[in-house]
Amino acid sequence: MKYKSVFDIIGPVMIGPSSSHTAGAARIGRVARSLFGREPKWANISLYGSFRETYKGHGTDVAIVGGILDFDTDDIRIINAIKIAEERGMKLNFIEEDAVTDHPNTARIIIGDEQGELELVGISIGGGKIEITELNGFELKLSGNHPAILVVHNDRFGAIAGVSNILAQYEINIGHMEVSRKEKGKLALMTIEVDQNIENKILNEIEQLPHVLKVTKIVD
Amino acid sequence: MFRNVSELVDLATNQNKKISEIMIEQEMTVTGRTREEIFSQMDKNLRVMEEAVERGIRGVKSHSGLTGGDAVLLQKYIEKGNFLTGKTILDAVSKAVATNEVNAAMGTICATPTAGSAGVVPGTLFAVQKKLKPTRSEMVAFLFTAGAFGYVVANNASISGAAGGCQAEVGSAAGMAAAAIVEMAGGTPAQCAEAMAITLKNMLGLVCDPVAGLVEVPCVKRNAMGAANAMVAADMALAGITSRIPCDEVIDAMYKIGQSMPVALRETAQGGLADTPTGRLLQAKIFGIVRD
Repeated sequence: MKYKSVFDIIGPVMIGPSSSHTAGAARIGRVARSLFGREPKWANISLYGSFRETYKGHGTDVAIVGGILDFDTDDIRIINAIKIAEERGMKLNFIEEDAVTDHPNTARIIIGDEQGELELVGISIGGGKIEITELNGFELKLSGNHPAILVVHNDRFGAIAGVSNILAQYEINIGHMEVSRKEKGKLALMTIEVDQNIENKILNEIEQLPHVLKVTKIVD
Repeated sequence: MFRNVSELVDLATNQNKKISEIMIEQEMTVTGRTREEIFSQMDKNLRVMEEAVERGIRGVKSHSGLTGGDAVLLQKYIEKGNFLTGKTILDAVSKAVATNEVNAAMGTICATPTAGSAGVVPGTLFAVQKKLKPTRSEMVAFLFTAGAFGYVVANNASISGAAGGCQAEVGSAAGMAAAAIVEMAGGTPAQCAEAMAITLKNMLGLVCDPVAGLVEVPCVKRNAMGAANAMVAADMALAGITSRIPCDEVIDAMYKIGQSMPVALRETAQGGLADTPTGRLLQAKIFGIVRD
């Protein structure tokens, strides 16, 4: 079941005109921002399929930037997001891609500053609901509807048990979890959706585990 | 838990509950939230819908200038009293239009199930409100009933125009509204499903062909007709008329039709009305360019 809540259907409350091309687009941008953890200095935004064909009419470009600025779907500032981003000195680049993707509403967002960058692919599946399908080259499936932690780790035995043990100690329930790796024995990514927001203290503890390289979180 | 309309109707019928109640109980189970929290969030969504309709009826204009003001025209026409159809149905149509005009103007709306189809459910709700005089809780319940049917469509077919055409958006919205009207009017859960089936059958094959890629032409008028379709189908179901094809099979047919629809007719602004001479001209005027 892709849609779990009645509020996926009756909702979200949002700025028009399109739930998939405006609200969903804003949510994809906001997940990128949340994972990056700070306001980026630049953003390269690639649009595919129906996003590419209709982004001007739907305000998809504006909405993604609104999300990158951490605006929610019903935040009226979304309308002026591009202007606000430029005023804050953010460099924006929009790319209309010809490639055919699995889903017609696909965006690839690369954001960064002098300290680092982040690349993410999101799809908008209808009614404002989204999924993140790729993060820094890792394939994953993330709804963005729940708090989640993302753990970059070495592909070794015990790494997953270590992380789940810490979550169990703090009585944190895992709603959805998956592991993705680029190559056997190399870098891997754990995606863990949980029921409540996780304190930084717990994240730090996870980061201290052997084989764990980096931990980030998405707040609800 | 229900996965399709047949299970939803069975749950409601066997427990002698309304569909809205089954939806609320499922939401409590899935999210672990209390009835009060869930109810109050839906009440908030209802308030957003009321504000959007009020704003649309006072008159709005979109940035492109393509839409706006039709809800006002229709309300004035109703006041004159010389209409050919009926007051409730025209009121529903005008309020559906009002909501979508606000959406096109980048106003605040509540997606039901999407923004492009956000007019149908509130439009019909506020029109039948005058006739049936429901309590506030019954109005909130209307949205849970609509949501229950939308939940089935979203999980078994699609509510995305890019994936399934307008039949997936306004078609789904109209079916959801028809079912909710039937419940509010005192119909049975089975009659709700019949109303949904009758409505959706008459939306099958509807393509998504927005002029210039804007959620304006023909979206606003499709919401108008979606609302009219829902009202008539609700009356048919309440009269005891049933659909020969069960609701779940209609939803399945909608999904398959969507999959076989050409990309040009799925929210890419390349075919249908978007590709008419006037559609292309409007696109050129708005964006100053013509793309093939």
